Amino acid sequence: MTDALVYGLVAGIAVGLAAGYIGSLMVLKRMALVGDALSHVALPGLAIGLLLGFNPFLGAFAFLFAAAVVTWYIEWSTKLSVESIVGVLFVLALAVGILITPQPDLLEALFGDITSVTLLYAVAAVAVSVPVVLLTRLIYTKVVLSLISDELAKSTGVRVAQVNLLYLLLVAVVVAAGIQIVGSILVGALVIVPAAAMKNVSSNLTRYALLSGLTGIATVSVGVLVSAGLGLPAGPLVVVVGFVIFLAALVARRVAGVL
Amino acid sequence: MTLTTLAPSEDLLTVSNLGVTLDHHPVLDGVSFYLKPRTTLAIVGPNGAGKTTLFRVLLGLIAHSGSVEWHRPVKIGYVPQHFSVTDVPISVREFLAFKCKTDYRECLASVGLDDREFLGKRLSALSGGEMQRILIAWAIVDRPDVLLFDEPTSSVDIGSQDLVYETLNSLEKTAGITVLLISHDIHTVMHYSDYTLALNRGVIYFGESRALSDPELLQKIFGSGSILADHEHSSARRSA
Repeated sequence: MTDALVYGLVAGIAVGLAAGYIGSLMVLKRMALVGDALSHVALPGLAIGLLLGFNPFLGAFAFLFAAAVVTWYIEWSTKLSVESIVGVLFVLALAVGILITPQPDLLEALFGDITSVTLLYAVAAVAVSVPVVLLTRLIYTKVVLSLISDELAKSTGVRVAQVNLLYLLLVAVVVAAGIQIVGSILVGALVIVPAAAMKNVSSNLTRYALLSGLTGIATVSVGVLVSAGLGLPAGPLVVVVGFVIFLAALVARRVAGVL
Repeated sequence: MTLTTLAPSEDLLTVSNLGVTLDHHPVLDGVSFYLKPRTTLAIVGPNGAGKTTLFRVLLGLIAHSGSVEWHRPVKIGYVPQHFSVTDVPISVREFLAFKCKTDYRECLASVGLDDREFLGKRLSALSGGEMQRILIAWAIVDRPDVLLFDEPTSSVDIGSQDLVYETLNSLEKTAGITVLLISHDIHTVMHYSDYTLALNRGVIYFGESRALSDPELLQKIFGSGSILADHEHSSARRSA
C-alpha cells in the first residue's frame, strides 16, 4: 500500500463521515440537487488557484464559501427556493470554470486524483471533518425542527436563518475537502448518495444520521481501495459504490419492510 | 358582550391597540383584548383576518405597534397549523426530545396515548388524530402556562375532532393551562371556549362564547352563509 493510498484512505474516511452525516440533513431538506450543483462552484476557484499559482483548494473553498453565503442571502431576502437559485447561478459557475481551467489540470479538477493526496491534505481533511461533524451534531435537531415547521422551531428559540447559514457553510467545507478525492463534478454524490440510501432503512433520526455517516465512510473506503486495485480513477468508483449501496438499501427496504 | 363590559381583573395578558403591517399591508389594526388565566379563548375570523399573525405576535416572532403585556412571566407552548413530517424518519420519542428530555409517560397519558405503544412509532405513521395529540403532547411536555393552538383539527377526521378538543379542555381544567385556539368551527367555539375574539384585521367581537347563541351576533361575526354551513356541519357531527 503506497503512502498516497494510505493518505487517500485517511482523508476519504474523514470526509466520507462528514459528507454522509451532513448529507443526511441535505436529503431531508430536499436539497440533494443543491449539494450536487454547489460542488460545481468549486471549479472556478480551482482554476483561479491554478492560474495564479496558489493552492487551488483554497480557491475552491473561497468560492464555495461565497456561494453558500450568496445562496443563504438570496433565500433569506427573496424567499426563492434554494433549488431555483442554484439552478440559475451555479451551472454558470461550472461553465466558467471549464472555460478558464488550464487544459492539463481540467481532468483532475473535475474528477479528482487520489494518487496525489499528500500527508498535509490528509491531516487537513481530518482537521476540517471532525469540527464539521461536531458542529452539525450541534445544529442537527434545530435543522430538522425547522424543516418540520419553521414556526415551531422559531417558537422554541431556534434562530432558523443563522442555523441555515451555518449549515450551508459546513456543506461548503465538506465539499471543498472532498474535491481532491472525487473531483468537483462528483463530490456532490459523496454528500447525497449515502444519506439517500440510508433513508430507506432508517426508522428513526438517530439511526438515520449514524448510518449515513458510516455509509459515507464505507462508500469512500471501498471506492478508493477498488480504484487502487483496478488502477481506475477513484471518483467515479466512489460514486458507483455509493449507487450499489443505494440499490442494496432499496432491496432491504422491500424485503424486510423496514418502513 | 363587548370589551367594555368585561372587567379585566387579574388578567394574564392585555393587548392594546395592536397593529401589524406586513409587506406594506396592514394585517392587524387597533386590536385590543385581554386574557384571563385558566380559560380558553377562541380566535375566529375569515381567512386573512390576522389570526395566525396574532399568534406570531404573542410568540414574539414579528414586529408590531401597540402593546402586548403579559402580566407575569409565562412559558408558551405552540402548535402551528402547518407542519411536514411525511419525509422525515423521526420517532415520537425523538420529536418530544427536541423540546425536553424527560419521562414522557405522564405527558402522553394526558393526551390519551400509551407511551409503550407510541414512543417508538414514526411520526409519519400516525393518523391525523394521533398526530394532533402528539403535537399537544409536544406543546405541554415542558409544562407551559399558555397553549397556542392554530386550527387544532384542520387535518383531523370528524370522529377525532371532539377527542382533540376534549383533551384541550381537560388540560385547561386539570393542568391549569390557559388555551388560545384558532378555529373556523362555530360548534367548537361555542362548546369548548370561554371567550371568543372575532377578528377581521380589527376586532369584530370580544366577549363570552355563550353569547354566540344569538343569531344576530353570529351573523355579524361570520356572515349568513357561514352560519348555515357551520350549523349544518355541527349537526352532522353531533348525529354521527
